Amino acid sequence: MTGYEGADLAIALINVVLLGLLFVVAIAIARMRSLFAIVMLSSIYSLISATWFVALDAVDVAFTEAAVGAGISTALLLGAMLLTSRTAKPEPRKFAIVPLLVCIATGLILVYATIDLPAFGDPDSPANTYVGTDYIERTPEEIGVPNIVTAVLASYRGFDTLGETGVVFSAALAVILLLGFGERSLSASIGRRKGGKE
Amino acid sequence: MIGAAAIALIVAIGLMLIRALSGPTLYDRVLAMNSLGTKIVLFIGVLGFVLGRPDFLDISVLYALINFVSTIAILKFFRYRSFQVPLMRKTNTPRQPRAAEGGEDG
Repeated sequence: MTGYEGADLAIALINVVLLGLLFVVAIAIARMRSLFAIVMLSSIYSLISATWFVALDAVDVAFTEAAVGAGISTALLLGAMLLTSRTAKPEPRKFAIVPLLVCIATGLILVYATIDLPAFGDPDSPANTYVGTDYIERTPEEIGVPNIVTAVLASYRGFDTLGETGVVFSAALAVILLLGFGERSLSASIGRRKGGKE
Repeated sequence: MIGAAAIALIVAIGLMLIRALSGPTLYDRVLAMNSLGTKIVLFIGVLGFVLGRPDFLDISVLYALINFVSTIAILKFFRYRSFQVPLMRKTNTPRQPRAAEGGEDG
């Protein structure tokens, strides 16, 4: 890190604060019944988690999270709400012990699995010993962009990324063709059936 | 100094979150979301300087674009209950878009 001397502490603080905000939003989403509010809160969740990804230096993941989570999926959820009701069904609050135990057990297993992970930035870890060092050494002179992930995605594996883009594009095209646009779309036909309401 | 700005932005994000969680009407929530997006953009910009990498500014500019477009989409949804209404008002449209009642919250 080339920042000032408190940068490590700043990163730790930012991680704690952003994860705390994410926790609050997630609890609120689980508790709420108004679907509009839940859509808004899920958009907020995506924005905050995208910020957290930026703080963790995973810029490309953050980018996808902001574009898909905060942008597209908010619009898609709102569009889906045109076809359903506005509020979720109220559920009777009963304390379920088995799902809680399953969640706690899974969390404990995951925490136990992190013990075997190599330390952060360990030069002897498998991620840093094989092809990764090659990318790190050759990116500055071959590609010349500051972010090595960008160089790998857009240049070294450029055809792979192009193929992924083609797959996503054709999937979106198929969905649009199935659901339709404008007057002939699914939501418009349902709106006509309800006599123009909603 | 930049650290103080970052802390102030975090506090502002917390306040926006409180408004988004407890907002009585939908418009409070939309406004809180939009404002929180702006705070996130500013925070990412400040974060770049805190971590010594000012190229985070590019990312924050792109977030500003996404935030703007999604706010427009949500407000259009609230106004017309549909995404398929053109934003420009035509003079002789056959179906006049119905104004939303607004403010209801389940």
